[in-house]
Amino acid sequence: MSLNIKETIDGSFQLVGADFTHAGEASTQLKQKLAELGVPDGIVRRVAIATFEAEMNAIIYAAAGWLHYCITPQSITIQVVDMGPGIENIELAMQEGYSTAPDWAREMGWGAGMGLPNMKRNSDIFKIDSVVGEGTTVEMIINFP
Amino acid sequence: MKLSDIVNKLSLDVKTYKDGLQHAVTGAYVSDLLSDVMANSKEGHIWITLQAHINIVAVASMKDLAGIIIIGGRQVPEEVLKKADEEEITVMTTPLSAFEIAGRLYQLLT
Amino acid sequence: MNLSEIIKILEATVIVQPDTEDFNIQRACSADLMSDVLYYHAPDSLLITGLTQLSVIRTAEIVGIRAIAFVFNKTPDAQIIEFAQKKKIPLLSTRFCMYTAAGKLYEAGLTGC
Ligand SMILES: Nc1ncnc2c1ncn2[C@@H]1O[C@H](COP(=O)(O)OP(=O)(O)OP(=O)(O)O)[C@@H](O)[C@H]1O
Ligand SMILES: [Mg+2]
Repeated sequence: MSLNIKETIDGSFQLVGADFTHAGEASTQLKQKLAELGVPDGIVRRVAIATFEAEMNAIIYAAAGWLHYCITPQSITIQVVDMGPGIENIELAMQEGYSTAPDWAREMGWGAGMGLPNMKRNSDIFKIDSVVGEGTTVEMIINFP
Repeated sequence: MKLSDIVNKLSLDVKTYKDGLQHAVTGAYVSDLLSDVMANSKEGHIWITLQAHINIVAVASMKDLAGIIIIGGRQVPEEVLKKADEEEITVMTTPLSAFEIAGRLYQLLT
Repeated sequence: MNLSEIIKILEATVIVQPDTEDFNIQRACSADLMSDVLYYHAPDSLLITGLTQLSVIRTAEIVGIRAIAFVFNKTPDAQIIEFAQKKKIPLLSTRFCMYTAAGKLYEAGLTGC
């Protein structure tokens, strides 16, 4: 199937801190949309994994946030902006296995310290910006073939 | 079976407390949840996990586990290794996945 | 390996039935931490886990895991079962622990992810 993207498609999802019932909904909906647009499976999966990790971080660490996406014939850009505590040392946070996840999150299956490495690994361009006390923004771009 | 035999047969990389290799292994437990390991692991078990969090040492020590295998080629932080040496817990690593190493160990032990 | 054989080996209860008889699985992954699954997954594999939260099903859906086996006879809540049904992800429940479940399936020929 060839790509069926004629013009820019964009949208947003609101993310609510600690809302585990809806956690992952934004990522699955985005996954579905890309599949419908004819994006190849492997790329859809990369987008879904990266987005899911970013979504989960906002839900675990922040009180609230937004997920914005913008799809063009060339690529998808996903931006997850949260109003959370921010990250003091981004380099440390990016290390595989580094995690400050609270116990309750660990008991729910989060806190491997693989989220940010997973986002980076699945994106073609990965940017993270964070201000302690204000929040964190992750931007990921994944190119289409 | 002695822990040293298992280390040899599974090509594990021993990171801490080599004296522990003399210990007998009674079985294994696979889990990434500390509370689960606290509740369900047994004395003499090898614990297989991806968790390299500092608290794994305390859990292994409290439950008298025979050692911890950290899977997936994960780097174990220095502070965790230091604590494991202090608490006399043998920490080992493997590039294999939890499923794979558990499967091989199961074949050795049963 | 056919899912029916996995069910037999794990002496499992089937919580969500597969929608086809021809349900083949070659690889398995045992984990409780979802990012681990998101990192090391292989599509079309079986996930063996001790967690029954909704995020487990979501993770399976996102990486294309085909079936999930819960250890220690665990069963998820009704809404989560319903969600898995909708996503066509078969759910099994086995009395074995993760170590024994992995051991038996490895012995029978499944490989890791
Ligand atoms: N949005 C965020 N707000 C505040 N802190 C964050 C945010 N995202 C990540 N962090 C910090 O960076 C650490 C590493 O994040 P990462 O997503 O890699 O792992 P994790 O969330 O701890 O575990 P996993 O994602 O594997 O379940 C977190 O433990 C946390 O300290
Ligand atoms: Mg994370």
